[in-house]
Amino acid sequence: MTPDELSLQLAELRPRLVRFARLQLRDDGAAEDAVQEALLAAVENARSFDGASAAATWVFAILKNKLIDEFRRRGRNPVIAADDEVALETLLEEQFDARGHWREPPPAWSDPGASLEQKRFWEVFEICISSLPERPARVFGMRELLGMETEEICKELGISASNCWVLLHRARLGLRDCLSRRWFGED
Amino acid sequence: MLSCKEATELISQGMDRRLSLAERMGLRLHLLICRGCRATDKHLDFLRRASAAWRQHHDLTSTQQGDSK
Repeated sequence: MTPDELSLQLAELRPRLVRFARLQLRDDGAAEDAVQEALLAAVENARSFDGASAAATWVFAILKNKLIDEFRRRGRNPVIAADDEVALETLLEEQFDARGHWREPPPAWSDPGASLEQKRFWEVFEICISSLPERPARVFGMRELLGMETEEICKELGISASNCWVLLHRARLGLRDCLSRRWFGED
Repeated sequence: MLSCKEATELISQGMDRRLSLAERMGLRLHLLICRGCRATDKHLDFLRRASAAWRQHHDLTSTQQGDSK
């Protein structure tokens, strides 16, 4: 692949890279910056690729490292829960009575697997992730969307394992709540 | 006996670390008798599957194009 072909190929990938970064960084400007840096790094360190898919895989790997850098940078800042995170915690606590039993047991979702085939489901899925508070969303994104191990996440963010589990738990129950309301139509 | 609150914490943690034998037994017993927690278990399992599908679709490093590392 010539440098020109590589540049063209990378330019075509750009929208996908931006979409990938945007859901995780929750900030369009930061997502554009991360993608820009990844593309620059890809061009500067251009080497020979067997084909288009090898170049795509490579630039995505660079972008993922950029995202982790950005998470690491942000991770040092908020040690305490923001207001929306406290609100989520309260919402989740209120699902249980004083003895820790469901006030109202969550109902089963009917045929969730079929949702994966529907375009509209993915819009709702992304909206629900975007509406999580910052810290749980970030840890959830690293765990489930980047596929990182919990130990790696703790190390990158400088938080304890138990803190990490608490944040993941809140993110998951928050997402469950959001999907129940906005997709599986409990209300 | 686990409360539902503790059981949901274990369901989530079971996705991130290996639960101890006692935890697994306690959770299994609880799930047998608790419909709400069984539903929660399924919900979280679905979230993981959906996330994996999202990743597969958006992240080209995780697609199988015959040239994965």
